[in-house]
Amino acid sequence: MPDKKRVLMQGNHACVAGAIYAGMRFYAGYPITPSTEVAEGCARRLPEIGGRFIQMEDEIGSIAAVIGASVAGLKSMTATSGPGYSLMVENIGYAYMTETPCVIINVQRGGPSTGLPTKVSQSDTMQARWGTHGDYTAIAVAPSSVAETVTETIRAFNLSERFRTPVTLLLDEVIGHMREIITLPEPGECEVVERVKPTCPPEQFIPFEMTESLVNPMPAYGEGYRNVITGLTHDTMGFTTNKPVEIAPKLDKLRNKIMRHVDEITRLRTEFIDDAEILFISYGSVARAAFQAAKIAREAGAKVGAIQLQSIWPFPDKELMELCARCRKVIVGELNMGQVAIEVERVLPRDTEVHTLLRYDGEILTPMQLLEKLDEVL
Amino acid sequence: MATAVKQRSDVILDYIRPRKKFPSVWCAGCGNGIVMSALIRAIEKAGYSKDGIAMLSGIGCSSRMPIYFDVSALHTTHGRALGFATGVKFARPELKVIVITGDGDALAIGGNHFIHACRRNIDITAILLNNYIYGMTGGQGSPTTPSEAFSTTTPYGNVEKHFEPCDLAAAAGATFVGRTTVYHAPQMEKLLGDAMAHRGFSLVEVVSNCHTYFGRLNRQGDAVSMINHFKEQSVPVAKSRKMSPEELEGKIVTGKLHEVDKTEFCDEYQRVVDAVQGRN
Ligand SMILES: Cc1ncc(C[n+]2csc(CCOP(=O)(O)OP(=O)(O)O)c2C)c(N)n1
Ligand code: SF4
Repeated sequence: MPDKKRVLMQGNHACVAGAIYAGMRFYAGYPITPSTEVAEGCARRLPEIGGRFIQMEDEIGSIAAVIGASVAGLKSMTATSGPGYSLMVENIGYAYMTETPCVIINVQRGGPSTGLPTKVSQSDTMQARWGTHGDYTAIAVAPSSVAETVTETIRAFNLSERFRTPVTLLLDEVIGHMREIITLPEPGECEVVERVKPTCPPEQFIPFEMTESLVNPMPAYGEGYRNVITGLTHDTMGFTTNKPVEIAPKLDKLRNKIMRHVDEITRLRTEFIDDAEILFISYGSVARAAFQAAKIAREAGAKVGAIQLQSIWPFPDKELMELCARCRKVIVGELNMGQVAIEVERVLPRDTEVHTLLRYDGEILTPMQLLEKLDEVL
Repeated sequence: MATAVKQRSDVILDYIRPRKKFPSVWCAGCGNGIVMSALIRAIEKAGYSKDGIAMLSGIGCSSRMPIYFDVSALHTTHGRALGFATGVKFARPELKVIVITGDGDALAIGGNHFIHACRRNIDITAILLNNYIYGMTGGQGSPTTPSEAFSTTTPYGNVEKHFEPCDLAAAAGATFVGRTTVYHAPQMEKLLGDAMAHRGFSLVEVVSNCHTYFGRLNRQGDAVSMINHFKEQSVPVAKSRKMSPEELEGKIVTGKLHEVDKTEFCDEYQRVVDAVQGRN
């Protein structure tokens, strides 16, 4: 048995590897920096495994094709960056409403507008939660290394199939373009969730039935179920409805099918937190600097720990509250004007001081900057 | 005669979703229903299995059609049906994919997807119900509203030029293009059948009556008088070739306008997959 395959890989290519591992066989996208390598990797890899790649005319068409392919039975995804994600949001809402699994990778760059194509940012964190109009609950995960990009991409697909919902994988430019040596998982090493299909006869199938789990089996087109799928608010049969008694339950379903399982979705990485009095809270590329800063502070004798949010949405309210229960102060570091900091302030008790170190000039946060902030708040 | 009528309605009922509550959202006399029944007859005649059809649409009165059809139906977002359909077809090339779209849906908000679906020559049949106006939202101007025509957003007459969907499709690379009107139900049935049998991107433009808005705002009368007007305006394509541009002014040229043989997108991609896999 040879040693496991160790490879030097950039984050964007790790998305491709993770997605294919998870069973992704359809990619539609439109080139945009800093995400383009995901499309290029898929263009090369998918034909090799009998999958399908298409470069669409724009991001609206891309996410449309992704949803169409998912309805036709393939695990599918797209990758983009801020301007492209902005174009996609209407159809992402369609995927929420129709409960169609798909994965959208957003390799974040600076905004608003065309902003900073080649510079790092985390300023689409709130967009991943609130991007499309209407009431719904979003899932977003955010890796902070190339290895984690592989496993979180797999997890994004799993969550998407498990809950029949779009999932956003939030990378930032640093994670997307950074190269690290990683070991790719062997087949069978990581869990892969397959789509649950209906087994009842088509005439008994109720596509959006209010079941215990609220997540329904999903047939592929061509398999005899001939169901109707619409982005209009619909009843359990999938038919459009204007009845108040059917509207609210549909929206509750979209929320509850996810919110009842926050524990299953939430993933946090922690370091030195047991006796920590001050905690760094961060995600993506900033988490790398925060762990390093915490380590240096520990070596100097300060009771400092770090929490990385590997999943951001739904926001891990309960877990953060528990983890921060004994600390007096937290420092939220992120590459935006404080999008996660707002959530942290909402969650933590009034007497916990929430400090922020925010950068939105296209540059990364370094361990030294986090340590300087630490000195300031100590 | 009576039995023939009965058999026809049986065919229609067979293709209508059994559990969908009627009446439909359409106004009485709307051309959309004529297109739906012609499409049902064309499908029935071709013998496509209901399970093998995916019918998609965008948003608009016309785009409500798939909801009533007893096939896999995807009622998508405004203008984007061809993007969704590209995903469905590419993921499952064995499906017969039909897109129902309106003039606003296909040519305004969906114009980019429209020309690129034509260019790719992906095996999809698009049926464009052209009523020269936005029906669903109450009669605003569309990219096919003729110059000087009235709509709620062109209350003093349209100052814009209009698109000819068939010319646009042929120029963009569609390999089958035809036009008919809701007056010409048998021709429509045949044209739809030919379009669905064609391998590649096919467009059938059906000139249809929105008497509720276009008819009323332009003093063209009720459904019947509008449909009669289509009859008077129409010229079969063979005859039109002998007519001068002046004579063709204001006419609706009907029939198969364009058909060429070109490789189809999914077939070409499969060729690449086979080659790449053979190499490995
Ligand atoms: C993004 C978006 N913009 C606007 C609308 C509103 N809208 C619904 S249908 C429609 C026009 C439909 O006109 P057409 O495609 O010609 O179809 P018809 O109703 O005439 O059959 C518009 C503008 C929408 N649903 N979505
Ligand atoms: S508004 Fe016009 S297009 Fe819509 S259903 Fe009525 S007649 Fe038909």
